[in-house]
Amino acid sequence: MWTYFHRLGSAPHFYRFSGRLVPWLGWICAGLIAAGLYGGLVLAPPDYQQGESYRIIYIHVPSAWMSLFIYVVMAAAAAVGLIWRIKVAEIVAISSAPVGASFTFIALVTGSLWGKPMWGTYWVWDARLTSELILLFLYLGIIGLYTAIEDRRTASRAISVLAIVGVVNIPIIHYSVEWWNTLHQGPTVAKFGAPSIHLSMLLPLLVMAAGFKLYYLSVMLIHSRNEMLERERNSAWVRELVDAR
Amino acid sequence: MSLSEFFYMGGYAAYVWSAYGIWLVVMVFNAVLPVIKLRQTQARLARRRNGDRGGS
Repeated sequence: MWTYFHRLGSAPHFYRFSGRLVPWLGWICAGLIAAGLYGGLVLAPPDYQQGESYRIIYIHVPSAWMSLFIYVVMAAAAAVGLIWRIKVAEIVAISSAPVGASFTFIALVTGSLWGKPMWGTYWVWDARLTSELILLFLYLGIIGLYTAIEDRRTASRAISVLAIVGVVNIPIIHYSVEWWNTLHQGPTVAKFGAPSIHLSMLLPLLVMAAGFKLYYLSVMLIHSRNEMLERERNSAWVRELVDAR
Repeated sequence: MSLSEFFYMGGYAAYVWSAYGIWLVVMVFNAVLPVIKLRQTQARLARRRNGDRGGS
């Protein structure tokens, strides 16, 4: 078991393993998202209060979940990279940032398009919206800082510190709807007791969330493979790899 | 439910479909871009390697 993790931590093995994994993940992800879209847009009944407009939930909520989930994974990988100097962890951390930033962007934009017909406004400076916007700026700051520093290992250390400090924003986003009672509604699914949503509406949501997780995993792995080649371009295994093609 | 009813979305078509449209564009863009980048890196490394060996 440990030797397995140890091998995954080595760059050439990670590169080959992820190369085989990505196509599978991609197809399963596409299937899940297609099923989720069909379930959410066609099969699920309209909401008794919001009518058809609530269907934005099927991209809004999984994106918002992913924006937090990816940040936590990124910060954890950053911490591992910072403490144990594991190259693969550093690469996973920076490769997560663009996917996290896009899911945060999608959550904000789709939320805004949902807010207009339901709240009467595209944007309010409510606690949930504001803290999610700060999350987007954190992601963009991490990407910007990484590209600003020439040496990739130094850059990784810098963004690791920023990513770890930024974790403070995550509980603020999660509990914002409970701490400050403003326009954004409270949690429907992730709360104690039974979720206050019917199964025919909940199921597509969970399928979409699973599809988004696989999407993150596969896109992050593609980013990682590129980053790994760039960092290791002078090492023996990359030369062998290039010669074998 | 007819197809036009489906696209009408109970009057919320503009919001629902623009949300889904933006989502789709971002998702596709985000998946295709790193694939192109990876291919470019692989090609660049191969060119450089061939250059090292005197353009064989």
